[in-house]
Amino acid sequence: MEKIIKAEHLVFRYPADTEENQKPAENPAVLKDVSLEIEKGSFTAVLGHNGSGKSTFAKHINAILLPESGKMFVDGLDTSDETLLFEIRQKAGMVFQNPDNQIVATIVEEDVAFAPENLGVPPDEIRQRVDDALKAVNMYEYRNHAPTQLSGGQKQRVAIAGVIAMQPECIILDEPTAMLDPQGRQEVMQTIRKLNREQGITVVLITHYMEEAALADRIVVIDDGTVILDDVPKKVFSQVDKMKELGLDVPQVTELAWELKKAGYPISTEIITEEECLQAIENLYHER
Amino acid sequence: MLKDITLGQYFPIDSVLHRLDPRFKIINTMLFIIMLFSGNHYLTLVIGAVFVVMAQMLSKVPLKMSWKSLKPLLPVLVFTAVLNLVFIDTGNTLWEWRFLKITEGGINTSIFMICRIILLIVGSSLLTYTTSPILLTDAMESLMSPLKKINFPVHEMAMMMSIALRFIPTLLEETDKIMSAQKARGAMLDNGKLMERVKAMVPILVPLFVSAFRRAEELATAMECRCYRGGEGRTRLRQLKAAKRDYISLIICLLFLALTVTINIIFS
Repeated sequence: MEKIIKAEHLVFRYPADTEENQKPAENPAVLKDVSLEIEKGSFTAVLGHNGSGKSTFAKHINAILLPESGKMFVDGLDTSDETLLFEIRQKAGMVFQNPDNQIVATIVEEDVAFAPENLGVPPDEIRQRVDDALKAVNMYEYRNHAPTQLSGGQKQRVAIAGVIAMQPECIILDEPTAMLDPQGRQEVMQTIRKLNREQGITVVLITHYMEEAALADRIVVIDDGTVILDDVPKKVFSQVDKMKELGLDVPQVTELAWELKKAGYPISTEIITEEECLQAIENLYHER
Repeated sequence: MLKDITLGQYFPIDSVLHRLDPRFKIINTMLFIIMLFSGNHYLTLVIGAVFVVMAQMLSKVPLKMSWKSLKPLLPVLVFTAVLNLVFIDTGNTLWEWRFLKITEGGINTSIFMICRIILLIVGSSLLTYTTSPILLTDAMESLMSPLKKINFPVHEMAMMMSIALRFIPTLLEETDKIMSAQKARGAMLDNGKLMERVKAMVPILVPLFVSAFRRAEELATAMECRCYRGGEGRTRLRQLKAAKRDYISLIICLLFLALTVTINIIFS
């Protein structure tokens, strides 16, 4: 498989803000040697507790931050090359946590048009891209609304459409559901999955909701600036002890299976969906 | 409560005036203002009134709305009238008391001024009633684009204006939340003497400013992520295109202006 994102030994620390922080001991690196490859068309979730460096990593993907040492490549383009900046940002679109702070225009379709306008796309094509992007996130009928009239989930979908309109290879979502209610969260997750499956857009989802991470093809767990775990969701979540040690949860069903196993029942802990859990418990019941 | 503040005064219906190119509407409004202020005969006011009535009818904006824009300015009108009445000293003196003197010239001028200001307000508020704030911003950017030659940041100004428009409802909502939060902590916002009330605003304004700065930073990052790099090489989704009716409106306005000037020359 073709690799869309390639991180090689990334090291990063935020600039020191006081005299005392100048010493390396006072200002530890946020990323310590992160190497990661992400395949084209895949859906990867990045987990980690607050301050683990997961958002910092995400900001390296579209060159908002540049590594202190190491290299980041997006579709073969080196992010430290300033002449490639806009090409990289067009290929790797980024969606942030607060939809209110990333919507620029007073009308939905104008906002979606913002990125293609910046890229100098001809007006007719902008129209086409805006319509397609809004249809892809299921917000086409709201194209003439003001963002303030929309719910959180709807606003976040508009923000996603604004990124899709650049026709990126890859979208990075930095906790896109953190500020939404359960319904909005579901809408956004459905949209993300649909884009990944139907349009083949590579998705990197940074989240702290385990249920969302369970939907991914692969989970990368970052802790203290290094990659700790990197595997399919089942394998990652089955290591319940390790996850707890890192200050992370596992999906409730996985935890249930784990508790059952601890209590002596022969059940697999590689369970991440309710159906799987139900099936496993049913099997247990029949075996007895 | 704060949500009730509507921004601008756009009255969203469909009319000939709404459909005019916003750039032409701005130019026409300017011509209208020149016309009003160059006229110095009552006949020119009649022409101005005809123009306003015509525009008002074409805009389909209810008269009630025009009254709404006029009402807050009534004190200004009265003030202007009184000043003119008292301080203009031409023609026969009609009434005198110590240093106050009312003359025929004074009455004449104050009536003239009041009519002129009323026409000015009613006529020019039609611009904001029939044009949405975004279109106005677009039109300003387009009209001011020649200033780019002297390095005036036209695009940046327009961008700032549209972002301000975008964030007004967001920040109002936030103010409401902060006010509730401070009230819940026992802040007295609605009573007390003037100075106390002003002081009570501090715990509202400080968090509001902090949050506005944070929002600004996040927005800037989000804009950069969407490849924003200033006005150069930027295209627009919505192109402003002048149609036949726009030129017709311009010609009508020019005719009215010409008529005013002619009357001035004849009667001077």
